[in-house]
Amino acid sequence: MEWWCNSIVLQIFADLVLTIAVTVWDVLPIVVIIFGFQLFILRKPFPNLKNIITGFLLVLLGLGFFLEGLEAALFPLGKLMAQQLTDPAFIAGDDVGRILEWWDYQWVYLFAFAIGFSTTIAEPSLLAVAIKANQVSAGSIGVWGLRIAVAIGVAIGIALGVYRIISGTPLYWYIITGYVFVLIQTMFAPRSIIALAYDSGGVTTSIVTVPLVAALGLGLANTVPGRNPLLDGFGLIAFASLFPIMSVLAYAQLSEWIARRSKKAPA
Amino acid sequence: MKTLKVIWISLFDSLRDLLPIILIIGFFQFAVLQQPIPNFGEIVLGIAFVVIGLALFVQGLNLGLFPIGETMAYAFASKGSIFWLLCFAFALGFGTTIAEPALIAVANEAAIVAANGDMIENSEQSLASYAQGLRITVAVSVGIAIMIGVFRIVMGWPIQYLILIGYIGVVIMTVFAPREIIGIAYDSGGVTTGTITVPLVTALGVGLASSIEGRNPMVDGFGLIAFASLTPMIFVMGYGMVV
Repeated sequence: MEWWCNSIVLQIFADLVLTIAVTVWDVLPIVVIIFGFQLFILRKPFPNLKNIITGFLLVLLGLGFFLEGLEAALFPLGKLMAQQLTDPAFIAGDDVGRILEWWDYQWVYLFAFAIGFSTTIAEPSLLAVAIKANQVSAGSIGVWGLRIAVAIGVAIGIALGVYRIISGTPLYWYIITGYVFVLIQTMFAPRSIIALAYDSGGVTTSIVTVPLVAALGLGLANTVPGRNPLLDGFGLIAFASLFPIMSVLAYAQLSEWIARRSKKAPA
Repeated sequence: MKTLKVIWISLFDSLRDLLPIILIIGFFQFAVLQQPIPNFGEIVLGIAFVVIGLALFVQGLNLGLFPIGETMAYAFASKGSIFWLLCFAFALGFGTTIAEPALIAVANEAAIVAANGDMIENSEQSLASYAQGLRITVAVSVGIAIMIGVFRIVMGWPIQYLILIGYIGVVIMTVFAPREIIGIAYDSGGVTTGTITVPLVTALGVGLASSIEGRNPMVDGFGLIAFASLTPMIFVMGYGMVV
């Protein structure tokens, strides 16, 4: 049982090297732009150049490991799971062949909610923004508070997006209603959170969330009767980028309200 | 000894970040689908990779990406040339998006949708040129978005008015765009901002807002990503109408 000389394990390590190489290749334009501007326009050397290069290399190496690990462990299982859960044979249970209604998909909704929440917590871009927001706000915005608020938003968004695919209602109704909600919330939210809330919409859908959520959307659009995978499989990412805006604004309003209430209360 | 402690803490933090996914996939596999885990050893190795990767990434953020964004923001602010700052903003938005793997995948799918809807000819060549055109369109739109966002930070405009204009733009385009393209257009907003772009751009915005007199990093510094997720929606629908 020498598992380490097992060919699958060797394959994973070979893929790791390849993934790191691809990450380096993808990042090349950014490096050229940054050093081009730094050398020719700003004409200033970077202070701590050694640290910066070490940091950059750590990011590349880290992303390589991260992506390869996801490919080897979580994506195959998660994608297979999305397929199995959306399979009509699984949803109908013992009563094969009956017509499925939207409430028959309860496991799919639960899976959508849970996978939206958990992939968002693991999303490195969101972690980066949360760390920065924590530094800038001098600690008044917690790294975990923000991440959980965003994750709840994504979870609700994806669950609702799944309902939309199953019910076949037009995507733009939801998105435009969402916009109206965001604008109303903006009027009442504390000023300092608004830009961060808008940002959290864009950062959540990245390397962990997109592949799993796309598999879920595609699985549903393929198996729900009357859906066209090319037209109806899309839209989950849009939900996942819209709902965190609302949940972060709500989180800010809630924490402001709690702070005000505890101030009013006699010491 | 101290380094060793830092390594342990960051590995532990990464494992905690990953725990929800592991628990949820485990729950659905065992309790709902009632199936065993295939290739257990492979999965353990993969999870170890993800944990190590996330820990390295976080160390690299604070050592590399954040300082790069901030240093450049200070340098541009002290140089005082708004022209070069906007050029840099555009180049950064364009350059980081054009190579984004998620965008390449979305563009290829969009080409298939367009061919199925008889919007373009169903040949390999026309599919490739449609996808290529779409990628350039989205990259230009992200470049413009970062440029507008940086200009907003410099001027200190409240973000909500610009976002409102963007939302109105999306709604108007939705009315006129071909139905087939709407889903992809809405999704394209979310996929454009990658894992290296986000920390760089965030540090740039916050750095600018901290180095310009009268700007508050919390109120003015964030918001660049928000623009970068809004303009692709408008531009992709526009692309669907023109092509």
